[in-house]
Amino acid sequence: MADRFPVAAGLRGYALVVAMWVRSTMAYRASFAMTTIGNFAASGLDFVAILLMFSHIDALGGFSLAEVALLYGATSCSLGLADLTLGSMDRIGRRVRDGTFDTLLVRPVPVLAQVAADRFALRRLGRIGQGALVLGWGVAHVDVAWTLPKGLFTVVMVVSGAAIFASVFIAGAAFQFWATEAAEVQNSFTYGGSTLLQYPPTVFATELVRGVTFVVPLAFVNWLPALRLLGRDNPLGLPGWVDFCGPFVALLMLTGAGLLWRVGLRSYRSTGS
Amino acid sequence: MDGFIELDGVEKVFDVRRKAGFLRRERHRVRAVDGISFSVPRGGMVGYIGPNGAGKSTTIKMLTGILTPSGGRLRVAGIDPSRERTKLAHRIGVVFGQRTTLWWDLPLRDSYGLVRRMYRIPDGRYRANLDRCVELLDLGELLDVPVRQLSLGQRMRGDIAAALLHDPEVLYLDEPTIGLDVVSKAKVRQFLREINAERGTTVLLTTHDLTDIEQLCKRVMVIDHGRLVYDGGLSGLHATGGGERTLVVDLERELPPIEDAPGARTVKVAGPRQWLTFPADHSAAPIVAAVAERYPLVDLSIREPDIEDVIAKMYAERGV
Ligand SMILES: Nc1ncnc2c1ncn2[C@@H]1O[C@H](COP(=O)(O)OP(=O)(O)OP(=O)(O)O)[C@@H](O)[C@H]1O
Ligand SMILES: [Mg+2]
Repeated sequence: MADRFPVAAGLRGYALVVAMWVRSTMAYRASFAMTTIGNFAASGLDFVAILLMFSHIDALGGFSLAEVALLYGATSCSLGLADLTLGSMDRIGRRVRDGTFDTLLVRPVPVLAQVAADRFALRRLGRIGQGALVLGWGVAHVDVAWTLPKGLFTVVMVVSGAAIFASVFIAGAAFQFWATEAAEVQNSFTYGGSTLLQYPPTVFATELVRGVTFVVPLAFVNWLPALRLLGRDNPLGLPGWVDFCGPFVALLMLTGAGLLWRVGLRSYRSTGS
Repeated sequence: MDGFIELDGVEKVFDVRRKAGFLRRERHRVRAVDGISFSVPRGGMVGYIGPNGAGKSTTIKMLTGILTPSGGRLRVAGIDPSRERTKLAHRIGVVFGQRTTLWWDLPLRDSYGLVRRMYRIPDGRYRANLDRCVELLDLGELLDVPVRQLSLGQRMRGDIAAALLHDPEVLYLDEPTIGLDVVSKAKVRQFLREINAERGTTVLLTTHDLTDIEQLCKRVMVIDHGRLVYDGGLSGLHATGGGERTLVVDLERELPPIEDAPGARTVKVAGPRQWLTFPADHSAAPIVAAVAERYPLVDLSIREPDIEDVIAKMYAERGV
């Protein structure tokens, strides 16, 4: 039935495995509460650092605290969403190395869905929670005349950003079929990239901004759309329509990551024991 | 051909890179499975044996779709496993003795619940199958224990149950009795026999415990260096392997070794007891008759060739 539509089968399988992990997490509510608070606090430390900075200065690279909060909140929410849905994918390297990946291949659910849902960690809501708080605070305090389109644009920004990070997670997982240690590289793009995006692009060298726009297009997560919202110029002097390309970039990257995953999966050769 | 499992000249070649000094890597090819053809009818129960590294696990991985063959043709229930892996998954059950297909951190019960949903097993069937597995494999007290806390034998039984909840038409078992104690082994064997007899489940199992084969499989396939070297009944294996039967005679008193029994050779004498061997495919009757006629016979017994010896001999002859 649904098996004729791989996407539907994948989503269903993903939901099944996630539901099971959530149920098993909820069996220990206290532990869930603790780890979620821990996740909230750990990911919030970055913002504390920014707050400390602003206790000495009034603007960072020409951006006010509220504007930085908007940047910070947007990328944190995006990363948090991707991290919640796919964050356990980097375990696949270990599975490939020790051969337990085999056991996923004998089940009637697309492997990508199984890998993505493996050990689904609800505590990662913590990161989304603190990102959303900071984003909300930023939205309330920036000097922007909010309208419905602008509000929707903000939502689209966060969702496309999440999709961009998701594609990096998937691509990172795919590379682990060849280099089982590739998780480190992927982490530097996701968690590392997000840390970068928390700050205004104006504090970085143009080369870096260019790299983050054209090579690994993380700039589409929040920089370009947020600058548009804040009525600021594009740091690279790109035409205005580029700021709206987030969703397309996300779609392209997801497609690319999906293809890479298929190639990686095809090259899987199990282990000798 | 109309077998349920069909292999026709199936090959699997691994490209292996080895470090050979700084930065330099040597490539070489391992022919893990080297042109294997066989066919197993629906409801068959077949043993697949061979020395370490013969290619047994690799064959099973191709039969489940985990690995894509490098050459040849492969069909299971009419399906090309590596092409339609998820479709085939509904129809097969797999047990890897070396690793679990269960979720490490979950109690068995939760793992089974997830299996039920993944395979869309109807409620009634699920309940019936689970109850049966719990009873026959003695899982009752283990259902609420996380898999990682189970002993090897307990986990194996849990795995076998998980592989059968969706009524698979084929069951592959790669060393299902590894590390099991005598009682667990007996339970697992009995269970497999029943599943095969009552459900008509086709079973293909690899093992290094030849008792598994003796007790379960009428047909056995021996693979060595990726090639099938024997495919037939257990008894035929004796003949092929040059097996010998042994006649043990107890005489009234100590006597010199018996030398005039036709076709037999005395290999051991201990007091009044003597051991005579003769080819497994010869009849014992003329030998017994000859001995009884010429010697004061008190008692006698015949020992069938030990299958392990036969196999060991077979492996040794092929220079393993
Ligand atoms: N993923 C792999 N990569 C490279 N070589 C492999 C791989 N899997 C198996 N081999 C090689 O293929 C050959 C057959 O291995 P296989 O695991 O099929 O043997 P086996 O018959 O199951 O042995 P055992 O009884 O030890 O389990 C071995 O020489 C092994 O080294
Ligand atoms: Mg093996």
